[in-house]
Amino acid sequence: MNKILKYVILDIIRNKIVLTYIFFLFLITLGVFNLEDNSSKGLLSTLNLVLFIVPLVSVIFSTIYIYNSSEFIELLLSQPLKRKSIWLSLFNGLSLSLVFAFIAGTGIPILIYHADITGLLLILSGAILSVIFVSISMLATVYTRDKAKGIGISILLWLYFALVFDGLVLFVTFQFADYPIEKLVLIVSSFNPVDLSRIIILLRLDDSALMGYTGAVFREYLGTGIGITVSFTVLIMWFIVPLYFSLKRFKKMDL
Amino acid sequence: MKSSTLKFFNLFLFLISFSILQAKTIYAGKNQKIKSLTKAIEYAVAGDSIILYSGKYFEKNIVINKALTIIGKNFPVIDGEKKYEIISIKSDNVVFSGFKIKRSGYATLTDPAAIKVYNTKNITISNNIIDDSFFGIYIQYGTNCKILNNKIYAYGIEEQQIGNGIHCWKSDSLIISGNYISGHRDGIYFEFVTNSVIWRNISKKNIRYGLHFMFSHNDSYIANVFENNGAGVAVMFTNKVKMYNNYFLNNWGDAAYGLLLKEISDSYIEANYFSSNTIGIYMEGVSRTFIRKNTLDKNGWAIKIQASCIDVSMNNNNFTGNSFDVGTNGSLVLNNFNSNYWDKYEGYDLNHDKIGDVPYHPISLFSMIIEKNPPAMILFRSIMVSLLDKTERLIPSITPENLKDNTPHTRKINL
Repeated sequence: MNKILKYVILDIIRNKIVLTYIFFLFLITLGVFNLEDNSSKGLLSTLNLVLFIVPLVSVIFSTIYIYNSSEFIELLLSQPLKRKSIWLSLFNGLSLSLVFAFIAGTGIPILIYHADITGLLLILSGAILSVIFVSISMLATVYTRDKAKGIGISILLWLYFALVFDGLVLFVTFQFADYPIEKLVLIVSSFNPVDLSRIIILLRLDDSALMGYTGAVFREYLGTGIGITVSFTVLIMWFIVPLYFSLKRFKKMDL
Repeated sequence: MKSSTLKFFNLFLFLISFSILQAKTIYAGKNQKIKSLTKAIEYAVAGDSIILYSGKYFEKNIVINKALTIIGKNFPVIDGEKKYEIISIKSDNVVFSGFKIKRSGYATLTDPAAIKVYNTKNITISNNIIDDSFFGIYIQYGTNCKILNNKIYAYGIEEQQIGNGIHCWKSDSLIISGNYISGHRDGIYFEFVTNSVIWRNISKKNIRYGLHFMFSHNDSYIANVFENNGAGVAVMFTNKVKMYNNYFLNNWGDAAYGLLLKEISDSYIEANYFSSNTIGIYMEGVSRTFIRKNTLDKNGWAIKIQASCIDVSMNNNNFTGNSFDVGTNGSLVLNNFNSNYWDKYEGYDLNHDKIGDVPYHPISLFSMIIEKNPPAMILFRSIMVSLLDKTERLIPSITPENLKDNTPHTRKINL
């Protein structure tokens, strides 16, 4: 298993996209912190970057990578290896390299400019988001052999988590505006890892005072140590569950 | 004969008046003949001066019931042992200056203060240090009083457990200047106080409001600093208020305002500086008021204006770095927002007259949405919201069409 992992990581590093990604993240994060006059504002802009670009890059890069290594996978399958270990090695290789890229590109500037618990939480949630979207892309790839279709599904899933879901939440809040739905909205938001990580970070920044009563309700549930633990558990579930289903399908798949 | 009698009478009058005018100065202190301030006041007659030397004095409720000038030398300490009201001024024409007054009593019925003025006029209270008292300086039914250069500290934790720094009730013609107040419930509190000036005070870290006034007409507030107070500054049910050159800073929290205006009319709010407040100015029921040449910088909401406001003119203000420029709760707009500088303005200026050619709509779609539907706040700073805001800016449909700046400045206004 470790040998396959090593091959995957070496292969990813060799194609230089991840290195470009690191450089790009590093440049943007550094720029953002230098443009804003206080580091808290910088962290806020970095948050947008983490929520928008990191999932997009993760999901598209890993989808294409898996499709491109289909021949490599077939070769491995002809060897006396368990399908599970092949699939998990692919997942580990992709997530490790993307998490490393994120921490090197964004984590280092955050630690330079805003090294506190909020900064660490942002690094942690960015890392988990990378892993989640690798896992989601793996789920997308096992459902279709058509490369174009698979990439299409990945992009649609990303679009759903980044934009469409929020639109639905907005719709729901308007439909049920007459009811006290703060808690419901909070539960609904845990169905989207992007929203969940955004709220965890926002509640720790100064801006949370703007959220008024609603913010106070959120903080009561998410601002505590238990709330953060629970929400990170939910985030971890968000990569374990898709990975589990993709693995289940990969084991039985006719290649 | 007649003229000589008159001359004699005049001389007599002159001598009498001379003897009255010749007020004496009484020295009191630990090493003096008169050991306490209470004794000195008993001994003095109206018009005398008392000088108290430094030391620590435990005197129960000193009542000043004569027109005296009382001066502390090197800040003599008068301690109320948390039991008594310390100084009660019950005579006109009193000057009280240079003391350190500590630990007044606490009572919710009588409101004991470090220095309390009862129903008098022409009082000057200056250069005192008031420490750890229930109320600092309390004026009720005072006329023509001056409160100058006092330092008032308290260490309140809960609103109910602490009084106000400078509390004025039913008074007229006060001058409150150069004071520093911290840790009280309200820094400066005015109720039914008219024709007064509050000038160059610093009110910091109070539990509730830095300045709180109600029913106080024709007052001016000039060049004060209100910083880091629990809920900022609240102004209610008052007309003809003038607020010039004040600083409203760092009033940050769930229910904090730089300046809260409720039921205010015929007022001027000019050249103030609002920075880092959750809400810079909150307006409800405000009418015929000019808000001009203010700087609103780095606030959560720069302005929140309820639809109940009429004839508010906001002109020549600078809006920079605010999360939301303007928030409102209705579509009816009877106010004027022209000729401000908005850093979020994206229009153009073809003829280079430094006035933008397209109107600016300072209300974002999201601020309208959360006003109607607070739980939608969960989408705060999400990507979808910023996209929605961008589209609404281009084609306004939900935000009030009339709330706009027709002549926005394209450069920051020099104030």
